[in-house]
Amino acid sequence: MHGINMDKEGIIMDDSFITMAHGAGGLKSRELVEKMMLPAFDNKYLRQMHDGAKLLLKNNIAFTTDSYVVKPLFFRGGNIGKLAICGTVNDLSMTGAIPRYLSVGMIIEEGFPLSDLQTIVNTMREAAQEAGIYIVTGDTKVVDKNSGDGIFINTAGVGELIEGSDIAPQNVRPNMDIIVSGYLGDHAASVMAVRHGLELPENIKSDCAPLNGLVKEVLQAAPQVAVMRDATRGGAAAVLNEIAEQARVGIIIDEEKIPVRKEVKGFCDILGFDPLYLANEGKMIVFVNPKDTAAVLQVMHENRYGKNACMIGTTNDKSCGEVGLRTIIGGIRIVDMPAGEQIPRIC
Amino acid sequence: MMMPEESRRAAAFFINQIDALIKKPVRFMEVCGTHTVSIFRSGIRQLLPEKVDLVSGPGCPVCVTPNDYMDMAIAYAKRKDTIIATFGDMLKVPGTSSSLNEAKAQGADVRIIYSPLDVLQISQENPQKQIIFLAVGFETTAPLTAVTVQTAMAQHINNFFILSSHKWTNAPIDALLSDPRIKVDGFLLPGHVCVITGEKPFDFVADKYRKPAVVTGFEALDILQAVYMLARQVNTGQIQIENAYKQVVKPEGNRVAQSVIKEVFDSVPAKWRGFGTIEASGMILKDKYAQYDALQQIPVEKEISRENPVCRCGEILKGLIKPTQCPLFKKTCTPDKPAGACMVSVEGTCHAWYKYGQGRYHYGR
Repeated sequence: MHGINMDKEGIIMDDSFITMAHGAGGLKSRELVEKMMLPAFDNKYLRQMHDGAKLLLKNNIAFTTDSYVVKPLFFRGGNIGKLAICGTVNDLSMTGAIPRYLSVGMIIEEGFPLSDLQTIVNTMREAAQEAGIYIVTGDTKVVDKNSGDGIFINTAGVGELIEGSDIAPQNVRPNMDIIVSGYLGDHAASVMAVRHGLELPENIKSDCAPLNGLVKEVLQAAPQVAVMRDATRGGAAAVLNEIAEQARVGIIIDEEKIPVRKEVKGFCDILGFDPLYLANEGKMIVFVNPKDTAAVLQVMHENRYGKNACMIGTTNDKSCGEVGLRTIIGGIRIVDMPAGEQIPRIC
Repeated sequence: MMMPEESRRAAAFFINQIDALIKKPVRFMEVCGTHTVSIFRSGIRQLLPEKVDLVSGPGCPVCVTPNDYMDMAIAYAKRKDTIIATFGDMLKVPGTSSSLNEAKAQGADVRIIYSPLDVLQISQENPQKQIIFLAVGFETTAPLTAVTVQTAMAQHINNFFILSSHKWTNAPIDALLSDPRIKVDGFLLPGHVCVITGEKPFDFVADKYRKPAVVTGFEALDILQAVYMLARQVNTGQIQIENAYKQVVKPEGNRVAQSVIKEVFDSVPAKWRGFGTIEASGMILKDKYAQYDALQQIPVEKEISRENPVCRCGEILKGLIKPTQCPLFKKTCTPDKPAGACMVSVEGTCHAWYKYGQGRYHYGR
């Protein structure tokens, strides 16, 4: 254990914490890059150590960026670093691209423990390795104590579009099948449980995962997939509403087919949440022609990230722009676009 | 657990029975907000015959909280040495000119908690501050507040206070039934509340007003069964309080919870949004616990409260109008920027109507 040294203003000066010097561009900055970042993310592009990475791509590209802020930074099944890699990898994958290169920008709050940063960086390396992408450029900045929430991470990524794939909401037609790749709500439930000191059983953890492998297999099995989306913020409800709106089709899903773990359902019942609106970080929703449904489900079931995939509904030409849910007792209700954050109720 | 096929068969049975028993249009009121949400979420309104109308009553604790209370909470929140501890739903509830969320954005220390007991920990961790818990809710949450106050006393925690808006659910039903403008033919009584109170506090519905009432749970089939039982009472004219939730609700209720409420709180007249003041409908701390009563211990200046004259939450809570008849509904009043409390809580009537498309989904319209 390090002793904690403080200067006269009470600022921690110890080597085990991020200090303003780590962001000042001098020796400390270089030390952070050379001792932590380079060894973790090492690859030939990063080793160039230029102001920017020079990259090789043969096909049309997809390009995306996302910033990650999450409280708590560490949760069951992952941390902010894993989210930052998987989130951007998944966004690229949903366009029908093979993710190739990522940039990482970190804004770190003064006083942030270096050991926590190392854990986050290690997780990012593991996730990047699993996804088969290179982190080719990066940046770190440090902000004053209380000006940040521990750490914020931005990642941007480029991927190469798979030739022949045409993924767009406008491709969705009536009478298509809607497939979800597994249990909904695990991520949001895990994060909210930590945030609010609630207990969830051990088996409920964030589903945070890179989906590019699964996407590739799905596209091989069914190149004509109309559209796919990862169901992150706003959950499945947001994705279904966006597609219904953009493709001008109606959607009906079956309550009894929606995969939600009973523990997550219980969690939602207590707080007054709807699992359809909970964020996921490793689940996608795929719209396919019925002739391809069996093939897509089969490849999903054989992939560790799609084991519990199932078909949850279909599109139609009747209730255009609307998402309906057929309830267990046979009623139909609207599933609307999420409006604002879900807040826990009183009783 | 029933299979979906069995559930559908059971639902169809109840709906056919209801259709056969009810001869002329009826309105049943579900008192509890959790019932409202379940009714919308399961599509019950759409399955019931048109002649059976379900209206929501004053059973969402956030919705019945008047501006007066919110203004007081906001005034406390603005004090430098104060931490407000509250259930999450209260943050967005508009007061006369502001909300707790806005106060929080301007630097007030407002913390969301899940159990009143969490507030004691906050109190112990912040000895130099005054911690005020917004004690809102019905008979279901009041015992928890009561236990928290007793624990604070036992542990000599002196910087913990409550701003009580705890309320009795039977009081507004009595007020509703004595209002000649209100036409309700029967009540779905709140299962969770009756777990605590038992059936007795609702006897007056049948005895004094000759209206049917059924205590029920929160699954779609529980509710359909209760509507069926109401229909049977309407049909036969044999009016009584029935219990369709016997596995959970005992006739005498939970005596321990009742006695802790009685030990800590006195019944007093209280203000309800839409109803005004109702006799013996609120709970305040007994003199013995006065040291924990924020109103008595911490004087604060609040703004002069008035209700938004255009917002019609009050009439909606009484079942006099539907949310769609309010000029603000879906226009300037949305879950993102609610003008009235009924749009704030996930269990509020306006929120349910907004979220679930007014409850009658027209597939293929």
